[in-house]
Amino acid sequence: MSEMMTGAEMVVRALQDQGVEHLFGYPGGAVLPIYDALFQQDKVKHVLVRHEQGAVHAAEGYARSTAGKVGCVLVTSGPGATNAVTGLTDALLDSIPLVVITGQVPTHLIGSDAFQECDTVGITRSCTKHNYLVKSIADLPRILHEAFFVAANGRPGPVVIDIPKDIQFASGLYSRPRDNQHKTYRPTVKGDLNKIKAAIELMASAKKPVFYTGGGVINSGPHASALLRELARLTGFPVTSTLMGLGAYPAADKQWLGMLGMHGTYEANLAMHDCDVMINIGARFDDRITGRLDGFSPRSKKIHIDIDPSSINKTVKVDIGIIGDCAHVLEDMVRLWRETSPQIDKAALTAWWTQIDGWRARKSLAYKQSGSVIKPQYAIERLYELTKNRDTYITTEVGQHQMWAAQYFRFEEPNRWMTSGGLGTMGYGLPAAIGVQMKHPKALVVDIAGEASILMNMQEMSTAVQYRLPVKIFILNNEYMGMVRQWQELLHGGRYSESYSQSLPDFVKLAEAYGGHGIRCSDPASLDDAIMEMIDTPKPVIFDCLVAKHENCFPMIPSGKAHNEMILPDFEGDTMTIIDAKGKALV
Amino acid sequence: MNTSSHYPNAPVAQPVARHTLAVIVDNEPGVLARIAGLFSGRGYNIESLTVSETEHDKHISRITVVTSGTAHIIDQIKAHLDRLVPVHRVVDLTLQGEALERELALVKVVGKGEHRVEAMRLAAAFGARTLDASLTSFVFELTGSTEEIERFIKLMTVVGLTEVSRTGIAAMSRGPEAM
Repeated sequence: MSEMMTGAEMVVRALQDQGVEHLFGYPGGAVLPIYDALFQQDKVKHVLVRHEQGAVHAAEGYARSTAGKVGCVLVTSGPGATNAVTGLTDALLDSIPLVVITGQVPTHLIGSDAFQECDTVGITRSCTKHNYLVKSIADLPRILHEAFFVAANGRPGPVVIDIPKDIQFASGLYSRPRDNQHKTYRPTVKGDLNKIKAAIELMASAKKPVFYTGGGVINSGPHASALLRELARLTGFPVTSTLMGLGAYPAADKQWLGMLGMHGTYEANLAMHDCDVMINIGARFDDRITGRLDGFSPRSKKIHIDIDPSSINKTVKVDIGIIGDCAHVLEDMVRLWRETSPQIDKAALTAWWTQIDGWRARKSLAYKQSGSVIKPQYAIERLYELTKNRDTYITTEVGQHQMWAAQYFRFEEPNRWMTSGGLGTMGYGLPAAIGVQMKHPKALVVDIAGEASILMNMQEMSTAVQYRLPVKIFILNNEYMGMVRQWQELLHGGRYSESYSQSLPDFVKLAEAYGGHGIRCSDPASLDDAIMEMIDTPKPVIFDCLVAKHENCFPMIPSGKAHNEMILPDFEGDTMTIIDAKGKALV
Repeated sequence: MNTSSHYPNAPVAQPVARHTLAVIVDNEPGVLARIAGLFSGRGYNIESLTVSETEHDKHISRITVVTSGTAHIIDQIKAHLDRLVPVHRVVDLTLQGEALERELALVKVVGKGEHRVEAMRLAAAFGARTLDASLTSFVFELTGSTEEIERFIKLMTVVGLTEVSRTGIAAMSRGPEAM
C-alpha cells in the first residue's frame, strides 16, 4: 500500500514502521519539517537533549541496553551534524547500531557555503558504517528502511541519513518495503562448518584452553550469551572477557577469570599468556588486550570467531578464522560438541585449573580500605553490594573509575554494562544512562563517573530532570584526571601537567541547581547510608564521592611488557621507573 | 626488535607485491570517495585507479585499482573493500594469474625538423595513432601495457614531449571465466 506524503512525514512514518519508540534529538532550521511531523503524532517519543553529542550517546545507551534495537537520533545541519561526530565515531568503534538523521540545506544550496551547511556525508564517511545524502524524494522511503538493515546487520554500526530541507517538504509515494534488506549487502552469519569442526577438534585436544570473549557476544543477542554459557559448561574451560564483553558470562561462575587486558586480572592475563588453545569469540585483539604483540600468548593455537572478515588476521595471526555471527557459530559448536562428545584430556585440564587457582591466590584485585579516606575500589564494591539484587544498569565515563567499575562491579547478565571501549570517550556515561533509563524507566541506572569526565556532558542533567529520569551519577572524585595523572606518574616523572581538576563546581549545589538531588560523602563509615539515600531518591542524583586522590589503577600491564609482566597492587618498587625509555614513546 | 610499546610493533620488512583488484560497486554518489578514503585512512597505496559504469541499467561500476603491499596488507585491503556496503565483489586479478592490463595515453609532442620526423617514426613503430597534427605538433594515442607506455613517453621526451594524459589501468582475467 503506497500513500502520498511529504518527506518529513515519511521520516516519521518509517520510524514508526521500524518500531522506534524513542528518538533522541535537537531541533534546528534544517529539520523543522520533521519536527513538525513529529509534533502531529504520538507514537515516536522525542527526547530533547542539551547537546547533539549527548543525543548520540543516549541512543547508544538505549541500543546497548536492549539487545538488537537500533538507537535513533535526529539533529540539524551544520553544527548539529558536527556535534554528533564524536558519538558516531564512538558507535563505530564499539559496533553499536544507530540510525542518525541529519538535516541538510536545500539541494540547490548544497556546496554554496549556505548558513549551517557542512559536508555531512563527507565528514561522517569515515566514522559511520554507511551514510546517505538523499537527493530525490523517490529514494527516501527505501533509504530510510535500508539504513535500519545496514545498522543492525553484519557488524553493527552507525548509519547517517542526510536529508536536505526541500526533500523534507517534497511529496512522494511512501510504502514500507516487504523486507528492509539492502539490495546487495548480505553479511555472512553462518560460519563455515568445516572450520567449526576443525575448531571443535582443536578444542578437544587442548590441555590449557581459554575462552576469550568480547562485545560480539553481547551484540549477537542474549541467545549468544546463553550459548556461550552452555559451551563453557560442556567443555569446562575457563572464560575471560574484554571490557566490551562483560556480562556475557556470569561473574559469579567458578569458570570466570575476570576481565583481561591492560587492567585485567592476573589469572586472566596469565591464562591468556600460557594457554595452548585460545578461543576468541567476538573480540578483536585490541592493543589494550594484547599488550606487546611478540609476547602475546606465544605458544597457543588460536581460533577466532568474528562477523567482520577484516578483523581476522588483522593484528594477530590465527590458526582457524571463522567468519560469522557469534550466536550462529556457537550454536553449531554446542551441537557438534554434544554430537561428538570428544575425549578431552581431563588430567591436563585439572592441572590447568590448579595452575589458574595458583594465580587466583595472588589476589590481584586486593586493596586495603583503612583510615578515614574512601578508597575508590571500596566505593565500587559497596555500590555493587548494595545494588546487586536490584534491576541495575551501569554506564561509565572514561578513565580510572571506568577500570575500577569493570574490575569491582560484577555483571551476571549481558546488556547491563554500557561503556565507551574503543574510542574511550569522556562524557559518554551520563547521556548513555539517560538512554538506558528511557528504555527501562523502573530500573536503577547508575553512571559511574569521574569528576573530570562528568563535566564533559554535564548539561544532560537537565534532560534527566525534564523527563523525570532518576539516573544516578556516582562520581569518584579524586580531583584529578586520574588516568592521566597515573600515566604521568608512571611515564613522566610525576610531573602532573594540567591533570589537576582545578575550580571544580560544588556538585551538591550543581545537582540542586539542575533540579536534582546532591549527596556528598567522604567518610567510609557513612558510605553505605549515603549510597542507600542515592538509591532511594526518586529523581536524578549527583553523588560526590570524595576518594583517595593518588590511588593507582592496578593491576596493570605497563608499556612495553607482555601479559606475564604485570604490576600488581602490592607492588612496592618505585612506580616512576617501571617503564623504560622506549616504553614511554607510545601509550 | 621489540619497540617497547603497547601498540603493535611495526611489521618486519616483508616482500611487497603489486596487485590489481577489480571492484564491482553500485554506482551511487560517494562510492569513489568511500574507496579512496579507505585507502588514505588506513595508509594503503593507490598506484592506479580506473572507474567507469559497466552496466548502465543496473547502475553498476567497475573500479580497477592497482595497489602494492605485503600479502597481509593485500588481504586486509580486500577484506576492508568487501565490507563496504555498496561493494558487490572484490576480485584479485593478480592472484588469478596473468591478467590482461592495458592503459591508454594521449601524448602531445611539439617540435620541428629532425625531432618531428623522429617523433613520427617512433609513433609508427609503437603503433600509436595520430589524433591531431599541426605544422609544429602531434597528439598521439597509444594503448598498451604500462611498461610500453612508459617506454614511449621516455622516448618522446627526447623529441619534444609537452603533455601526457593517461587513463590508468583497465584489467581483465584471461580465459573463458567471467568474474
